[in-house]
Amino acid sequence: MAIEKMSIAKALNESLRKALDTDPKVLIMGEDVGKLGGVFRITDGLQKDFGEDRVIDTPLAESGIVGTAIGLALRGYRPVVEIQFDGFVFPAYDQIVTQLAKMHARALGKVKMPVVVRIPYGGAIGAVEHHSESPEALFAHVAGLKVVSPSNASDAYWMMQQAIQSDDPVIFFEPKRRYWDKGEVDTEAIPGELHKARVAREGSDLTLAAYGPMVKLCLEAAAAAAEEGKSVEVVDLRSMSPVDFDGVQASVEKTRRLVVVHEAPVFLGVGSEIAARITERCFYHLEAPVLRVGGFHTPYPPARLEDEYLPGLDRVLDAVDRSLAY
Amino acid sequence: MTVESTAARKPRRSSGTKRATGKTAAAATQSAEPQLVQLLTPEGERVADATSAEFAPYVADITADDLRGLYRDMVLTRRFDAEATALQRQGELGLWASLLGQEAAQIGSGRALRDDDYVFPTYREHGVAWCRGVDPTNLLGMFRGVNHGGWDPNGNNFHLYTIVIGSQTLHATGYAMGITKDGADSAVIAYFGDGASSQGDVNEAFTFSAVYNAPVVFFCQNNQWAISEPTERQTRVPLYQRASGFGFPGIRVDGNDVLACLAVTRWALERARNGEGPTLVEAFTYRMGAHTTSDDPTKYRRDEERAAWEHKDPIERLKTHLLASGGADEEFFAALEAESETLGKRVREAVRAMPDPDTMAIFENVYADGHALVDEERAQFAAYLASFEEGN
Repeated sequence: MAIEKMSIAKALNESLRKALDTDPKVLIMGEDVGKLGGVFRITDGLQKDFGEDRVIDTPLAESGIVGTAIGLALRGYRPVVEIQFDGFVFPAYDQIVTQLAKMHARALGKVKMPVVVRIPYGGAIGAVEHHSESPEALFAHVAGLKVVSPSNASDAYWMMQQAIQSDDPVIFFEPKRRYWDKGEVDTEAIPGELHKARVAREGSDLTLAAYGPMVKLCLEAAAAAAEEGKSVEVVDLRSMSPVDFDGVQASVEKTRRLVVVHEAPVFLGVGSEIAARITERCFYHLEAPVLRVGGFHTPYPPARLEDEYLPGLDRVLDAVDRSLAY
Repeated sequence: MTVESTAARKPRRSSGTKRATGKTAAAATQSAEPQLVQLLTPEGERVADATSAEFAPYVADITADDLRGLYRDMVLTRRFDAEATALQRQGELGLWASLLGQEAAQIGSGRALRDDDYVFPTYREHGVAWCRGVDPTNLLGMFRGVNHGGWDPNGNNFHLYTIVIGSQTLHATGYAMGITKDGADSAVIAYFGDGASSQGDVNEAFTFSAVYNAPVVFFCQNNQWAISEPTERQTRVPLYQRASGFGFPGIRVDGNDVLACLAVTRWALERARNGEGPTLVEAFTYRMGAHTTSDDPTKYRRDEERAAWEHKDPIERLKTHLLASGGADEEFFAALEAESETLGKRVREAVRAMPDPDTMAIFENVYADGHALVDEERAQFAAYLASFEEGN
């Protein structure tokens, strides 16, 4: 197997399988990750093949999952932890922010924290409360953590490999609404750097920057804009900490316009930081202020309202039009 | 408050040094009457009752020489602690968390450990650090504000001090799970206090360690006060009884009796090594000083209470015992006094000589594999600082 078409879910499963297979120190931990294979089946079949000692069903306690993963990392293991849904990560937030993120610095570099925290995130699946959130900015804000999100199957496979190999803790946001989207994965390719942005579509009039589930939407928006004669570039950020500002800057110096799109609330979101930094870096290149499209400063709404709440094609195109109108 | 000053009344278990099944041990914790393992009374006399007979075998190998060693550990730890308090008053440290009164709990449990065991302390385990061979001056860096810890945890199998209450009990449990995976017979000891027993993390650590049968000893120093809140604000049952609900044994030991703490911790560690899982040890003791140097206990507790604990002092009772049993003479005590003064001087000089870190250390060790933003900000800040040096 070299190049195979598979879903993001399958790519993640294959990547975890490869990690378990190649490094005996890799462990999978989480609620229902064993026999069930996780509520999204990302760990499907792994316990059967690698045993209960390495694919570990945990008690239903998120702080306990991350806290014991820290202890296992101190013992030399490389735990990959699953948080079942985005909204359930907060019981573990203390362990992630005060312990996982800071342990390496506290020890003056004498210990490392190779822990991956996998979080299926984002909306558009018609779920009940706490199952559709995008809390990535809350983690990107914390020094000591790295935060990434793949948008396609190939990235899902390779970014997971790289996250597990990282000696730093990585919060790995999985775009749950895209789990079943298929794409080609070359399992023998030489992957790009984990924290580098990727130009997903070239264009010359405006840059759309996004990550995770919003990359596909931005590609659709670019295609729609092209029909109206507008050339839109799409940058897949891939990493929210660190952000590849150089990559975004290179694109904006070419297009002179930038719109950042994410599901998370706009206020103090990743897009806000990108807007500020790109304004600083590209002040004389910009033809328009950096615009942001995202969620509102409200709780995530009930599912019947999420189509209105979430950025859709029209909201993105509206921002494109507003930027181009300057 | 339940203050136990006498020996326990009946044996907790009948298994002696043999393995106890989780069931019988758990059943033993159902007693409503708080019990206390004590081997040495406050008057320095060996206890000879059924409970002590059960645990005495765990310290049967302790010679007079060993007793002098335990005594020396406690005296030097107290001297170090007093020096640190003085250094805080002199402005050399920003804060100090004194262990005064808890020397027996820490030395007794600390000396029960093997080199390959692993310790997860709070921020007050200066006596355990001493047992592990961590240079006491290393403990002062975080209180002086030159680092957040900084000693190599793997150098002495003594983890960094953890300030957020109870978090380390989960790290201890995870580490213990790793020991099991490695097929080793090492054990882990997690220190925490009566206040921490209310934390979710401590209760999750109990759950995880129980269901995975992890080789961890939960060593709770119940020093009666969580800053200003008495133990009654944390629990309505004796803390050691919490263990039974999680399915593992809990035991209360006289935390001011170094011999009993040594015996009970050895017993708990043996259980861990034998694959019998976690144990909760509640060392019943008293925080003789303030919570930290920033605290004022006169606002919330009576002098009489402290005075009542003074006659149970861990160091005095062992001294009385050593003198009465002929285990030590005045020459020993005089030599130790001189040694403790030397230690105080060494600590004082080391702290005063401790340099402030380089400014750019702010940016060091944030990530193991580096981070573009940290690199960028480091370069910007270095250029900013350099702009002053150039006189611009």
